[in-house]
Amino acid sequence: MAYSKKVIDKFESTLNEPEKNSVGRWNPSDTDIGTGMVGAPACGDVMRLQIKCKPKNNSHVISDVKFKTYGCGSAIASSSELVDMLVGKTLEEAREIKNKDIANALDLPPIKIHCSVLAEDSIHKAIEDYESKL
Amino acid sequence: MQLPIYLDYASTTPVDPRVVKEMQDCLSMDGNFGNPASRSHAFGWKAEEATEQARQHVADLVNCDPREIVWTSGATESDNLAIKGSARFNKSKGNHIITSKIEHKAVLDSCRQLETEGFEVTYLDPTDKGIITPEMVSDAITDETILVSLMHLNNEIGVINDIESIGKITREKSIIFHVDAAQSTGKLPIDLASLNVDLMSFSAHKTYGPKGIGALYASRKPRVRLKAQIHGGGHERGMRSGTLATHQIVGMGEAFRIAKSDMDSDIKKIHALRVKLWDGLKDMEEVYLNGDEKLRAAGFLNVSFNYVEGESLIMALKDIAVSSGSACTSASLEPSYVLRALGLKDELAHSSIRFGIGRFTTEEEVEYTIDLVKDSVEKLRKLSPLWDMYKDGVDLDSVEWMAT
Repeated sequence: MAYSKKVIDKFESTLNEPEKNSVGRWNPSDTDIGTGMVGAPACGDVMRLQIKCKPKNNSHVISDVKFKTYGCGSAIASSSELVDMLVGKTLEEAREIKNKDIANALDLPPIKIHCSVLAEDSIHKAIEDYESKL
Repeated sequence: MQLPIYLDYASTTPVDPRVVKEMQDCLSMDGNFGNPASRSHAFGWKAEEATEQARQHVADLVNCDPREIVWTSGATESDNLAIKGSARFNKSKGNHIITSKIEHKAVLDSCRQLETEGFEVTYLDPTDKGIITPEMVSDAITDETILVSLMHLNNEIGVINDIESIGKITREKSIIFHVDAAQSTGKLPIDLASLNVDLMSFSAHKTYGPKGIGALYASRKPRVRLKAQIHGGGHERGMRSGTLATHQIVGMGEAFRIAKSDMDSDIKKIHALRVKLWDGLKDMEEVYLNGDEKLRAAGFLNVSFNYVEGESLIMALKDIAVSSGSACTSASLEPSYVLRALGLKDELAHSSIRFGIGRFTTEEEVEYTIDLVKDSVEKLRKLSPLWDMYKDGVDLDSVEWMAT
């Protein structure tokens, strides 16, 4: 499978500089953390996305993000790309991020669109988890 | 050392320079370009001489009569001709065929086709080490069985079947035995004079010959009868029509001649490199060898690196050409059917890498590979939530996953 240069660059930078690319984890029981884990090992991809949030005005803002992903190169690149989009956004804005935004940013081939869908799902789950703690 | 390193010899091999030379001599005006079927002039006679010498080389490698060798376009066509040709010819004797779940698609899809024509097919489950035992075959035989088709050497895991013992069973019951030997020429000795095999498929490009050429061994004693699948001209004693591709055939002949002369030294060298590679990897955490450790051809190593997805590992190993049983490397989104038939959990199948070592692999390349694999697996595990969970002692089977 020939990947776009964007996927390859994102994947390699995530692989070689994980901390710089928000790879990591927080304690999921912390009240300012929302965790979303989607996918299944049997399907070949699992994403765990964590958002750190703080109240701002009438909303909550994502101040930091961490993730870990098991999956193909484009799954890893998709979650890493998502992280870049999330920081500084309110939860409402974050909910508006669509898989197409990620797929377009990375030039994902059609067979890899499910990787971007998974990334979109992970943000919804993480927001849900954070809001359940409020 | 040149990068990237080719470690996918089970997929295909480079043509040996000695073979290239022979092939080049069969193409142009000043070379041996004639049609081997031309009986009226020296160009044809000379070309026929070359194809017959090549036939002799192929026969010599597997110890059969050259008249038992039929040229085809490759092992896929040989499998098709063997399976569909013998089943259709022997339709009146019975309608049952035995094969296994880990055969090459050329065998499986030929069997599927025959199912639509009224044949019944039994797909044997291998052991968890990838072996089809003689007992499995004899237990599956019915009064209707006319054909057994099994591979000599599995292309994904490199595990060897006992075709000698299976052949004794089929011969006793006068059942046709077809063996797909696309992977085994030059890697395992084959003595058709002593084996009870009726049909055997060969490929040139797995054995340092060109792509697009193969052969089918069709036994004369006892004589196996086939219905031709390609008609037109009656070449190859009516079993496979079509002008013989002199340069391809000469290439296959030379490749098989070299395979015979170099087999012992090739196996010795390749085996040592395989052992070195596995020794370098086996002490890593959560690493599993797929397929039997002992009943295995020299060049094959199929390894699952648990909690790392195979395709991402291939991307990380960009300086090494290997293949994976991961779904993501195929168009089907299903992980390797071979590894699944061995009973591997999906995630271990997704995590598998097939290393194929061959004639031109060097020790330096293997050392480089070991270091790169270790480093890449470690990096990917740092990214893997499954690795975290494993380290935290979470049983992944007990987790409720949200698959999309």
